[in-house]
Amino acid sequence: MPLDQSYIGRTYPFPPYLVGREKIREFATAVGAVDPLHHDVEAAKAAGYPDVVAPPTFPIIFTMAALWEIVFDPEWGIDYGRVVHGDQRFVYERPVVAGDELVVVTYIEEIMFRSGNDFLNTRQEVRTTGGEPVATVFHKTVVRGDNA
Amino acid sequence: MSLVSLEQGQVLPEQVFRVTRADLVRYAGASGDFNQIHWSDRIATSVGLPGVIAHGMYTMALAGQAVAVWAGAADAVVDFGVRFTRPVQVPDTDEGTSVSFTAVVKSVEDGFAILDLTAVCGGEKVLAQARAKIKQV
Repeated sequence: MPLDQSYIGRTYPFPPYLVGREKIREFATAVGAVDPLHHDVEAAKAAGYPDVVAPPTFPIIFTMAALWEIVFDPEWGIDYGRVVHGDQRFVYERPVVAGDELVVVTYIEEIMFRSGNDFLNTRQEVRTTGGEPVATVFHKTVVRGDNA
Repeated sequence: MSLVSLEQGQVLPEQVFRVTRADLVRYAGASGDFNQIHWSDRIATSVGLPGVIAHGMYTMALAGQAVAVWAGAADAVVDFGVRFTRPVQVPDTDEGTSVSFTAVVKSVEDGFAILDLTAVCGGEKVLAQARAKIKQV
């Protein structure tokens, strides 16, 4: 069933996410990122960062959480089992580092109904609580239709 | 590590990552994505999948690792995007499966290189339009 087009243009703020040093280490270990920049504070400082540096896909942790809160809003009636991740893109102003307190604002850019499936395109602006832009995250979600 | 200088048209060496169920469980915990299709065959088959599949974002994270190695620096990526085209099925065996990544340098200009990535599992491409823009020396 086509999603409600009136949601296009809506924006959703999400509470700040505090990037923890151990979370970066845990995530880096889980994806096989062994570079000292992700684990060793002194190595990160030597490279000009205030603390350990997150691997590139780390922002999925809080951007996905922000997105799920919207996608699984009962008002939409989207079935979790039908949701498929289509595309993902990160554009960085700078790497995320431990100690960052990040705010995500999600913009619903496009909702399409094509070949029996719904396509939901979102853009998320990630900034520090001080307003410094850190990254822009694009996410395409497919909601499979009844016959797909 | 330090940034590697790349040339347009350069083919970057293949990198292969083994993926087991244990890796998916660890990634689920680290990322907070506990979708059951990534750890339960019962749930995965009930929604029409052949079995447990890897998180698309896990495959993308491995691609990001490959890019870091090719770039010569863990903080080189400034733009990174992929399309998920096929699931990476991960059998419940000690060996699991493996995903291999290769890349071609599409262009080098203005202090950045653009890499076009190919990700293959079981002979099939699992990503499309996989591209990373990385800093150059």
